[in-house]
Amino acid sequence: MTVLPKEPVNLIIAGVGGQGNIAASQIVAMAALSQGLVPTIGETYGVSQRGGSVMSHVRIAEKDPFGPLIPRGHADLVLGFEPLETVKVIKTFANASTRVILNPRPLHPIGVLAGEDTYPPVETLVRVARRVVADLWIVNATEIAAGAGDIRAMNIVMVGALAASQWLPFPPDCYLESIKRLFSGRAREINLEAFTRGLRYGSGPPEQRSDASGSSTGLL
Amino acid sequence: MTSDRTEDPLVIDEPGRTVLLMGNEAIARGAIEAGVDYCAAYPGSPSSEILGALARASSQMGFYVEWSANEKVALEGACGAAFAGMRAMSSMKQNGVNVASDLITAMTLTGSPGGLVLVVCDDPGGISSTNEVDTRTYARLADMPLLEPGGIQDAKDMVKWAFELSETLELICMVRSVTRISHARGIVELGPIAARNRVPRLAPHQRYASLPPCPQHKILKEKLKRAKEIFETSPFNSYEGPASPRLVVVTSGTGWQYSREAVALLGVQDRVGILKLGTTWPLPERFILDHLATAPSVLVIEESDPFLECNLKEVLYDSPQEAGARIRVYGKRSGDVKGPYGPGVGEMDPDVVMEAIGRALGLEESSKARPSPARAMEAAPDSVLPKREVAFCPGCPHRASYWAMNNAVRLDGRDGLVIGDIGCYSLGFGRTGYYLSRTMHCMGSAIGFCSGMGKLDRFGFTQPLIAVVGDSTFFHACLPGIVNARYNRSPFVCVVLDNSATAMTGFQPHPGTGQNASGETAPRLSIERICQALDIPVHVVDPFDLDNAVDLLCRLLRGKELHVLIFRHTCAVLQAREHGLPERRLWVDPQRCIGGECGCNRFCSSAFGCPAITWDAGQGHACIDEVLCARCGLCATLCPRGAIVIEEKGAP
Repeated sequence: MTVLPKEPVNLIIAGVGGQGNIAASQIVAMAALSQGLVPTIGETYGVSQRGGSVMSHVRIAEKDPFGPLIPRGHADLVLGFEPLETVKVIKTFANASTRVILNPRPLHPIGVLAGEDTYPPVETLVRVARRVVADLWIVNATEIAAGAGDIRAMNIVMVGALAASQWLPFPPDCYLESIKRLFSGRAREINLEAFTRGLRYGSGPPEQRSDASGSSTGLL
Repeated sequence: MTSDRTEDPLVIDEPGRTVLLMGNEAIARGAIEAGVDYCAAYPGSPSSEILGALARASSQMGFYVEWSANEKVALEGACGAAFAGMRAMSSMKQNGVNVASDLITAMTLTGSPGGLVLVVCDDPGGISSTNEVDTRTYARLADMPLLEPGGIQDAKDMVKWAFELSETLELICMVRSVTRISHARGIVELGPIAARNRVPRLAPHQRYASLPPCPQHKILKEKLKRAKEIFETSPFNSYEGPASPRLVVVTSGTGWQYSREAVALLGVQDRVGILKLGTTWPLPERFILDHLATAPSVLVIEESDPFLECNLKEVLYDSPQEAGARIRVYGKRSGDVKGPYGPGVGEMDPDVVMEAIGRALGLEESSKARPSPARAMEAAPDSVLPKREVAFCPGCPHRASYWAMNNAVRLDGRDGLVIGDIGCYSLGFGRTGYYLSRTMHCMGSAIGFCSGMGKLDRFGFTQPLIAVVGDSTFFHACLPGIVNARYNRSPFVCVVLDNSATAMTGFQPHPGTGQNASGETAPRLSIERICQALDIPVHVVDPFDLDNAVDLLCRLLRGKELHVLIFRHTCAVLQAREHGLPERRLWVDPQRCIGGECGCNRFCSSAFGCPAITWDAGQGHACIDEVLCARCGLCATLCPRGAIVIEEKGAP
């Protein structure tokens, strides 16, 4: 049986409605289940999915299920689909041992688009986050997903990078099996490709995961 | 990307197998294991996935499912099946219980021979609701047995048991879930699926009437006494902790999980016990008093109102041992259980519980159990982190409809009022609806409000009125309202935003979509023809045809009678899901864009409010974000400089 580094391991997936939080959290949870572990997910549905902040709490335990909400300051891992949302989550849930994988591509809130609010430079958000947490990887997941055939598969690229990090002690194969069970047809093909590319990127040279420049405009 | 499961865990007949289920799927599975025959619901977060899951399984399992026109008829249908001896379930969100409540208070008086289960999913914190009403009060009000699952396994097991309980008592039983159970996912150990072999029939002697009320009420009170006796030994109530605790956390629902974690994180397992109650009305009094026999203090943890807390206090006060005088009760009424909005407001979480336990034990600093999080976060105070407002999706027809209404009201110039309702278009209250909506209460209320305001002309009221309703809402709650407005000659424009879906709750079909819950073809009811039958003039326009939409609305606003104006355009998300995005690309010609200073002041992004139109500050022009753009092209028709280019695929 898989032994966890601590009981439970707490993962937060932070993003914006429509980015595929739910699918990503399900893939991770099913991978955990396949390893004989006990996952619980707390998710956001409903009105927040209309472009609002969305957060999934994934908790993985060895024996008894934990509740669907992670206590403040107790996130071990953060999968950040959007930099602003990731920093907000880090503020509330991270601690000095937290490790983060971040897609640095911003999605501007409509208050920013309207010119009333200002979106901080992504480099600043990354710098601030890095000061708090133990480790932060940058993964340009939107671009990688575009290469895999669909920019919307960004979430799956991020799961691929998570698998590469080995911060959760599961082999990549169990994520692939989850994707195969959750998707069919073209979505399955694209997601398998997106996962593989995320895995490859995450397993590549560490320098490429440190640079957040070139992401501040939000353009591909 | 849409999920398409290759194996549906809902119908697996392998008792003992462990699967990952959403709480709402676990509720559905509980009904399937109980051999449910009839399921009906109206969608509403966080309850919608229950019937969605049952619909998925229905053809294989052979039971009946329907999306009903509203919650009252959903429950009435279930009652009808239960009168005939079938097992029936109706599921709804907290608002739905209000709609169905007239029936509930009558149904407890008559009972039914078939197992009848009402599943209610409350939304503490109003995460996807316009309120956070605690529906448990209905259980007490209507003398209805109440079960509260503490987790996802519980949700499945309790729903299954609720059918047996209902049949034993011949009484409708309520299962109360909350968002953090319904919309959570976790492991569930499957049980066997009961065979379905009931034959529906009412024997000549079977009659169900709440008359005369007092004898029926007396029978009901006897049933409730039996429920209490059954609850005294229910395995859904349990105690975990030391034999002589200093503090007992009495908890129901999600509070059980939060309390276990809080006790562990605080390291107070030696002093604190947890009394988990799954049957919370009527309370198992002897079971509770036995477990509180030596406890000097009690902390009550539950979602929403101090329902359990107040009922528990009655039990303590009335106990022969006068436990009420001996035991100190910490909870919402004492102010010790509170989130950021204070006691009884907002949802529970493990931090609220940790702090409450800390207070009840007099711990110096309960937050010491928490690793220090926000170190060095001074550089990112909330003031520099912009908030993320919810918005109409890119390509949403409601944005076009609100744009048209905003323009028509301004052109009309008499301070016209847009009276709102419940659905995706409730976002008309916010930025992307141009803050146009003036009210938002409950389904159908826009028409009723306008019906009243339309009669104020005799007092000198001159503001023209627009009642905004959705297509699903029209069938759910607007028919009596529109009849009333027509009958009483109330003048206003009823705008029906027909996007061919119950979009906010996940695109369930409704009577206007031509499809039923099982995906079969159904009669497509016509809103136009319903209105025509009432002699109300009806107009239909595509809101993307902006000029015509504005002209028509302006004309109708000047009229002195009731009109129905249907803005018809399919939901962008639904459209993309079923037909993919249009084969074209939108881009901004930087040469033509004059969004910067002394130009149009970023008309497309600041005035129109589509999340897919961003601003490149470095280059000084607008951009289309291809990740978000639905390629609807409406922005291209609005740009004053024609700088937004639609490039059809295949064009040179």
